[in-house]
Amino acid sequence: MGLSACAGSGPQSAIEPQSPQAESINNLWLLVYYIAVVIFVLVMGALLYAIFRFRERPGDDRQPVQLHGNTALEITWTIIPAVILAVIAVPTVRGVFDMREVPTGDDVVNVRVTGHQWWWEFEYVDYTNAAGETLVTANELHLPVGREANFVMTSADVIHSFWIPPLMGKRDVVPGRITDLSFEPSNVTPPGQPIFGQCAEFCGLSHADMRMRVFVHSEAGFADWVAAEAAASSIPTEGPAAAGWETFNTVCTACHRATVAAEGGVETLGPEVTIVADGVTFVSSLAPNLTHFGGRTTLAAATYANTVEHLAAWLDDPPALKPMDPERNDIAAGEIFGMPDFGLDDEEIAGLIALLKVWE
Amino acid sequence: MSTADTTTPAEAHDSGHDIYPVRKTAMWVFLGSEAIFFGSMIATFLLYRNTTDGGPGTEIFNIPFTSASSFVLLMSSLTMVLGLNAYERKDMRQTRIWLVATALLGATFLAGQIFEFTEFYHEGLTPQTSPFGSAFYMLTGFHGAHVAIGVLLLTAMVILSRQGRLYPDRGLNVELVGLYWHFVDIVWIVIFTVVYLMQV
Amino acid sequence: MAVTTDRDVGSRMPGDRGVWAWITTVDHKRIGMLYAVTALVFFLVAGVEALLIRLQLAGPNGEVLTADAYNQLFTMHGLTMVFLVVMPVAAAFTNYFLPIMIGARDVAFPRLNAFSYWLFLFSGLMIYSSFFVGGAPDGAWVGYAPLSEQLPEVVRMDYWAIGLNLLGISSIAASANFIATVLTMRTRGMTMLRMPVFVWMSLVVAFLLIFSLPSVSVGLFQLLLDRNAGFLFYVSAAGGDPLLWQHLFWIFGHPEVYVLILPAMGIVSEILPVFSRKPLFGYPFVVFSGAAIGFIGFGVWAHHMFTSGMGPIAEAGFGIATMIIAVPTGVKIFNWIGTMWGGRLRLQTPMLFAIGFIAMFVIGGLSGVTHAIVPSDTQQHDSYYVVAHFHYVLFGGAIFGYVAGVYYWFPKWTGRLLDEGLGKIHFWLMLIGFNMTFAPMHILGLNGMPRRTYQYGSGLGWDFWNLLATLGALVIGVSFLVFIYNLIVSKRNGAISGPDPWDGRTLEWTIPSPPPVYNFAEEPTVHALDDFWHQKYAEDDEGRMVPIQPVKGGALAVDKETGGDDDGEPDIHMPTASFYPALSSFGIVVAGFGMVYLPWGWISVGVGLAITLWGLFGWSLEPVTKEH
Repeated sequence: MGLSACAGSGPQSAIEPQSPQAESINNLWLLVYYIAVVIFVLVMGALLYAIFRFRERPGDDRQPVQLHGNTALEITWTIIPAVILAVIAVPTVRGVFDMREVPTGDDVVNVRVTGHQWWWEFEYVDYTNAAGETLVTANELHLPVGREANFVMTSADVIHSFWIPPLMGKRDVVPGRITDLSFEPSNVTPPGQPIFGQCAEFCGLSHADMRMRVFVHSEAGFADWVAAEAAASSIPTEGPAAAGWETFNTVCTACHRATVAAEGGVETLGPEVTIVADGVTFVSSLAPNLTHFGGRTTLAAATYANTVEHLAAWLDDPPALKPMDPERNDIAAGEIFGMPDFGLDDEEIAGLIALLKVWE
Repeated sequence: MSTADTTTPAEAHDSGHDIYPVRKTAMWVFLGSEAIFFGSMIATFLLYRNTTDGGPGTEIFNIPFTSASSFVLLMSSLTMVLGLNAYERKDMRQTRIWLVATALLGATFLAGQIFEFTEFYHEGLTPQTSPFGSAFYMLTGFHGAHVAIGVLLLTAMVILSRQGRLYPDRGLNVELVGLYWHFVDIVWIVIFTVVYLMQV
Repeated sequence: MAVTTDRDVGSRMPGDRGVWAWITTVDHKRIGMLYAVTALVFFLVAGVEALLIRLQLAGPNGEVLTADAYNQLFTMHGLTMVFLVVMPVAAAFTNYFLPIMIGARDVAFPRLNAFSYWLFLFSGLMIYSSFFVGGAPDGAWVGYAPLSEQLPEVVRMDYWAIGLNLLGISSIAASANFIATVLTMRTRGMTMLRMPVFVWMSLVVAFLLIFSLPSVSVGLFQLLLDRNAGFLFYVSAAGGDPLLWQHLFWIFGHPEVYVLILPAMGIVSEILPVFSRKPLFGYPFVVFSGAAIGFIGFGVWAHHMFTSGMGPIAEAGFGIATMIIAVPTGVKIFNWIGTMWGGRLRLQTPMLFAIGFIAMFVIGGLSGVTHAIVPSDTQQHDSYYVVAHFHYVLFGGAIFGYVAGVYYWFPKWTGRLLDEGLGKIHFWLMLIGFNMTFAPMHILGLNGMPRRTYQYGSGLGWDFWNLLATLGALVIGVSFLVFIYNLIVSKRNGAISGPDPWDGRTLEWTIPSPPPVYNFAEEPTVHALDDFWHQKYAEDDEGRMVPIQPVKGGALAVDKETGGDDDGEPDIHMPTASFYPALSSFGIVVAGFGMVYLPWGWISVGVGLAITLWGLFGWSLEPVTKEH
């Protein structure tokens, strides 16, 4: 445990807090950790002392006193640990109740989270998009600095766990139930250095590849992001992107949603799945919303950087990049176990890449 | 002990004058685990007592009918006691009569359960209808299976007795079956109260 | 050294030879050996699974294993270590020594004892057969619903659920057996508070299993019914609550971890006094805190669920209960150190492992206390920090303790001592390798690495610590090769031990090594705790020990044989060997196997039940001992 002192940092580290909530947890951890170190040193000290002082040496023929016990000692070393624990219990219980406080007010950013096998869906209920629906995105979470974010969460299939260690402890997302979490990001994330998060409850094949990125903006930056996200994406009419649109409209909209500016107005293509848990309604789908996919820095639930190479490989054979079981998909029943290999040829792939690049 | 050819060192302790005869201890321990087993299923039922998913709920119960079959099972505990009593008086014929009576009453209870379940099926409550249905049938089903095993044990006792293999000084066997039978009966009392009578 | 007889020499256990003798044995000592060898084999298998896991995780984006293979391996590693290694090795020691330590000739129900072993073996083999027929269970050893209910047409988790239920039957039978033995078969003068701590811990463990296993059994049945018969216990669309699974599982799962550790604590409580030449410090407190840990252990289960959304009152309540359980645990550790204090410590291998247990368990226990701090646990749960914690208590704790027991009791089983030099090499390699592997995992967890992940990305600060952990795992592997080598060569050529090589305190050291099938020629009468010690040593005015006879090692109290038969063997009737326990357990597993493959599996279920009934009838109708 002494190694923890030289633990170092990382974008997913719980001991590099980026919110007052995570900091409070970290402080409580440090308090208990230091007490534990002291206890460890004392107990190990006694043990090592006993070993060295009382070990049998050649020619040693001591006959030890056959001591059976000492009641006063027993009482002492029962009461002292109990007292130490009682002391620690106070901030512990307070921390439990603090974590349960739900922030309210106009300043709060309310996000509904739906966990899927194996991606994250984020619904910003305070904002609507050009089609008049709530703003939905996937896998990359954008938040304003200094404002509380309140997450109301459920799952579309099995239990997952929503964990962004630098920002907050984790909370499971359970199908058929609501769980909630809140925190306030303290710092704007530097460009290209988002905070990392990940699913933390084993959820099957690609549990390890169900990741998140969190971007904390200034107030103005966040407003810009919301505006861009809310806008409908255009339908290209020329070049490979137009061919890509044809492919998208025939193949991808079976599972993915996208809000586009069509001739008749703004419309959202793709299946809408409504999940109701504990009386709360979640607007969901079968696969990530792709309206502004071009602006994402990662793909496949933050498992790969969103580059042309990776995107081409993904579209060519998704299960080769991320373990999935799409043969078991039952779209009618809403059970999706991943994205299949659609057998797209190079032209179709190039077209889709061009299309998605336009959709920033 | 004159029965040295059939006793283990353990069973030598079983001669009756010990406070904790070996096999009775083991039976009580086993019944302890059974208590947790049924307790967990009862807890599950309590969780799901109102999770009917639009299907039938506790209104489907026929309390008078189930009261009657509960009474039958309760009476079987009485006949069991009478059977053990006869056994200790070394009246093997009376023992067999009461054991058969116990088995018959148990079988009657089971018949009542089967009738009840087929009624519920027709009225739309199956284990696949709702968590309430799943919990109800699992709990009463496992209980019924325990009663059935008890009936088989009683029948075996009667057969052994007719063959002269139920030794008069080894009352422990009948007592052990009796313990099991009473336990199964007590579990039913709890089920009847919690599932049928306590309708919130 | 004491006078040796033919019985003391060599590696052959008294009794019939041959495979059939072992299949039909009802001798608790042989059953103990069967458990031990089987557990060792499963340990090596689980160790290979762990090494594969560590090879995959040695660097980022590993490609040694597919995700599917990885998920099966970590599931089976956990399942094997908990149910097929640690529980059986504790059963091995309990089987072999509990009767001897209370002065009995066998357990209360010798055939039921054999039945428990064979059911364990066949169930373990059944679960492992899944590797060859489409894949092993892959839902983690805890099998959370609804993940464990997905894809019911894939039978992997059916193997898991049915296999665990069968193993549970084996454990409940064994527990009832041991409770009945301890409560009714103690020899004259052996009051409860004169029993060795190891016997007490085994008793507490038996009660823990009796009252916890049925809870997970109900959960497993519910899962199987959901998967195979359309029941709706955990189907949230119908209103089912996935958290019910977690409660039913952990009401078993938490007492289960005390089942794993308490026998090892009992073994340490036996070794420390012998190798310190002082009595156990605070015997009643050690016994009572073991019982307290068992009892309180039923009240903390939801500390495995702090992130599941139970609500603040449950979270606070279980957090406090978890803190409370640290108190009796600490009491034991302090009493162990108090035992060593002022003694004359012989730092031979059993003692080294016992001391290693204390040191590693302190670390694991302290990290456990940090889990009780609920807000902190929301960061630690499901991360490598938890993996570090439970490996410190289960490997650094339980495994170190059981290995200590092997070094301690190997002479009693075989009549020969394990090699000291190899033992010390084993100890140091294992201690170093173990800490190299698991200490970094605390850091990985704090740095945000979740558990049960087949790969991780680069740039997260995890690469170095994972590599270090993998190297440590290889060192552990080497240490176990040394151990196996020691076991093999010492059984053949080890120094003859005699009945009491360590100058012991408890009754097993009064009988020959290895013991005759009937254990004691005459059932002993006991006058005090550590009665054997008091036969060898008195105390002077200051309380220091004074030998009663100059001869070290129990020639005084070695069990004398009484005359009887022509071969000098006493005329003691022991229960006769029986084939029916093995047969019955085989039938049960055949039936269980059929349940995996319904509907055509009904045939197997029928055949299995028929075999079981044949076995049970034969069992109940055969006499327990046959006339000579």
